[in-house]
Amino acid sequence: MTRLQKEESAAFDRQTIDYIQRAAASGLYEIRGLGAKRRVPIFDDLLFLAASLSRYPLEGYRERCSSKTVLGTRFASRPIELATPITIAGMSFGALSARVKEALGRAATAVGTSTTTGDGGMTSEERESSKLLVYQCLPSRYGFNPDDVRRADAIEIVIGQGAKPGGGGMLLGQKVNARVARMRTLPEGVDQRSASRHPDWTGPDDLVIKINELREITDWEKPIYVKIGATRVFNDVKLAVHAGADVIVVDGMQGGTAATQTVFIENVGIPTLAALRQAVDALDDLNMRGTVQLIISGGIRSGADVAKALAMGADAVAIGQGVLIALGCNSDSYVSKGQHLSAVEDYAKLGTAPGYCHHCHTGRCPVGVTTQDPELELRLEPEVGALRLRNYLKTLTMELTTIARACGKQDVHHLEKEDLVALTVEAAAMAGIPLAGTSWVPGQSAE
Amino acid sequence: MANLSNTRQFDLAKQSVRQLNDFLHKNAAAERVTHIRVEHPDGAHSLACGLNAPLEVQIHGHVGYYVAGMNKLAAVTVHGNAGPGAAENMMSGRVHIRGFASTAAGASAHGGLLVIDGDASLRCGISLKGADIVVGGSVGSFSAFMAQAGRIVICGDAEDALGDSLYEAVIYVRGKVRSLGADARFEPMTDRDLVDVAQLLSLAGLSHKPSEFRRIASAKSLYHWHADANQEY
Repeated sequence: MTRLQKEESAAFDRQTIDYIQRAAASGLYEIRGLGAKRRVPIFDDLLFLAASLSRYPLEGYRERCSSKTVLGTRFASRPIELATPITIAGMSFGALSARVKEALGRAATAVGTSTTTGDGGMTSEERESSKLLVYQCLPSRYGFNPDDVRRADAIEIVIGQGAKPGGGGMLLGQKVNARVARMRTLPEGVDQRSASRHPDWTGPDDLVIKINELREITDWEKPIYVKIGATRVFNDVKLAVHAGADVIVVDGMQGGTAATQTVFIENVGIPTLAALRQAVDALDDLNMRGTVQLIISGGIRSGADVAKALAMGADAVAIGQGVLIALGCNSDSYVSKGQHLSAVEDYAKLGTAPGYCHHCHTGRCPVGVTTQDPELELRLEPEVGALRLRNYLKTLTMELTTIARACGKQDVHHLEKEDLVALTVEAAAMAGIPLAGTSWVPGQSAE
Repeated sequence: MANLSNTRQFDLAKQSVRQLNDFLHKNAAAERVTHIRVEHPDGAHSLACGLNAPLEVQIHGHVGYYVAGMNKLAAVTVHGNAGPGAAENMMSGRVHIRGFASTAAGASAHGGLLVIDGDASLRCGISLKGADIVVGGSVGSFSAFMAQAGRIVICGDAEDALGDSLYEAVIYVRGKVRSLGADARFEPMTDRDLVDVAQLLSLAGLSHKPSEFRRIASAKSLYHWHADANQEY
C-alpha cells in the first residue's frame, strides 16, 4: 500500500499555495475586511500581579472602583466625560448600515461612553442615538460639513488607521447605495476611493494650523483628537502633541477595516502592544501624561485587554471589531422578531463560514452588520444589537474593575505598569515589562 | 448695505483672531452687524472661518491659512494674497481672493463660489464636492485631484496632472495644460458648457469669451476596480 505523503512546506504551505494560485487566476490583490490574522505579541502575553502581602486588595464585588474617564482636558472648554474608558472606534456609514450606527449610539449612550463617526459623514441616526459623538475629519472629507462639526462633541482628525497606515481607503461599489452616494457626493455604485492624504495640509507644521482652524470654528469648545495608524509611533505621538492635540488615538496593526488589501493588513504597521508602549514613552518624554490623553485601539477584546492597556499608560481604549462581533458579526444566526434564524447558507454563498468570515467588503454580510443591502440590513435590529453591545461593554467594564480591585485600585486609572509581567520575551521587549518571574526587561536591564 | 450702525471694524494689530472669529460667530447677529472690515491681517491664519450667517467681511491685506474655511452663507473678500486652504470645505456663500492663492484653494468645498483673481498654486480644487471655482490666472499641478462635483474655470494655464482621478466635476481651461492626470480627458464644449462658463465668468467679473475654453472631465475608466487599471487605480 502506497503511503500518502503529507509533508507540508513551511515556506509554501497550503495558505501560501492558495494565495499564489488566487493571484495567478485573478491578477488582482485580495481586498478583505477585519484586521490582521497573523500571530503577533498581544495583551494575552501579559499577566497581572494582583495584591497579596505586599499589596492590599479591594473587596472584589462590593467596594467602589471608579471607571470615570475624562478626555480632552488640554485646551477644550468642554472635555468629554465618560463612565467607562471603553469607547467605540470610528467606523463609517457605508461600511456599516444606518441601523448599525443607531445600535452603536444607543449602546454607547446606555453605558455612558462615546461613539465615533467614520468616512462618509455623520448620519442623523447616530447623532440622535449618541449622547457623545466624536466626528471624524478624514482625508476624503466625505460628508464633512460645519453643521456637523458644530453638533459633534469632539473632532477626530484621522491621519491613519492601524489596518492600513498610509493607505487611504476603499468602499466597493456594491456598498455605495443611493444614500451613501448622496452623503459622499459620488455617483451610486462606483468604487469609492478615500485619499491617503488630507487635501489641505501636508505635514506636522501644517497640522498645527489645521487644528487651530478647527478650534476657531468650534470656538475652542470641543476636544480635538488626532488618530494615527501605528508605525513610527514615538515620533508621531510627539508631533501630534506638538500640533496641539487634546487626545491622541493610536491604532495598532490588529485594528479592523471594512476593505483593505490583505498584503497591507498583514504586513504594514506594528502591533498594538508595541505601539502603546512607544506612545506612552513619547508622552512621558514630553512630560505630557495626564495633559494629553491617550486612546489605544487595535484588537482590544476583553476587560483584561482594557485593564492591561490602562496599566501600560492608556487613558482609554477604542473598540471596533469586538463591537461588531458583539452585534453578531461571524455569528451563525441573526435575530428577527425574536427568532434566531440561520445565516449559515449565506456565509457559504460567500465562500466562508461563521467564525472565518472577513467579507465586509462584499456588502453581503449574512448577519446584516456590514451591508447596505436593503434586505440584509434588516437582519440587524437596532434594539437587539444595542442590547447585545450594551451587555458586551458592561461585561468589559466589570472585568476591568474586577482586575483593578484585585490590584488594590479604587480607580481603574490607578492601574500601573508595575502591576504587569510578561509571558514571553517578545512581549516583554515590546511592552517594556519584565518577563514573569524575573526583573528582566529585554533591551533595558540585565537580570 | 453698509452703514455706520451695521458695520464693525477689527484691527488685528490690536485685536486677536479669536476676538474677530468669536464676534463673527456669536455677536454679529445679536448686534445686527452685517458688514465687517478687517485691517492688518498680516498673514494671520483661520480668519473668518466657520461663518454661518450672511455677513460681508472685507479683509484688507494678506492672509494665512484657511481664510473663510468651512464658510456658509457669508461673503468674504481678501484684498491681498491668501495662504493654503482658502475657503476649504466651503458650503455656500462667496469667497473672493483679489490677489494670489496658495495651495489647496477651495479644497473639498461643497458649495458656493470661490474667485481668485490671480494664480492659484498646487491642488486648487482638490476633492471638490460641488462648489464653483474661477481662477483668473493659472493653477499649479494636481489641481482638481479627485474632484467629485462642481466646476473649475481656469482662465490661464494648468500645470501637471490636471484633474487626476476626477469623478463628476468639470474643468474649463482657457490656456495650456501641461498634462492631464489619470482618467481625465478633453471633451467637446457643449452649449450648456458655454452658458455655464459665461455665467461663472460674469459672476467673477471676468470678460473672456467662453468659446476660448476647453472642457475636461472624467473618462470614468477608473470608476471600478479591475486588474487592467494596474497602478493607475
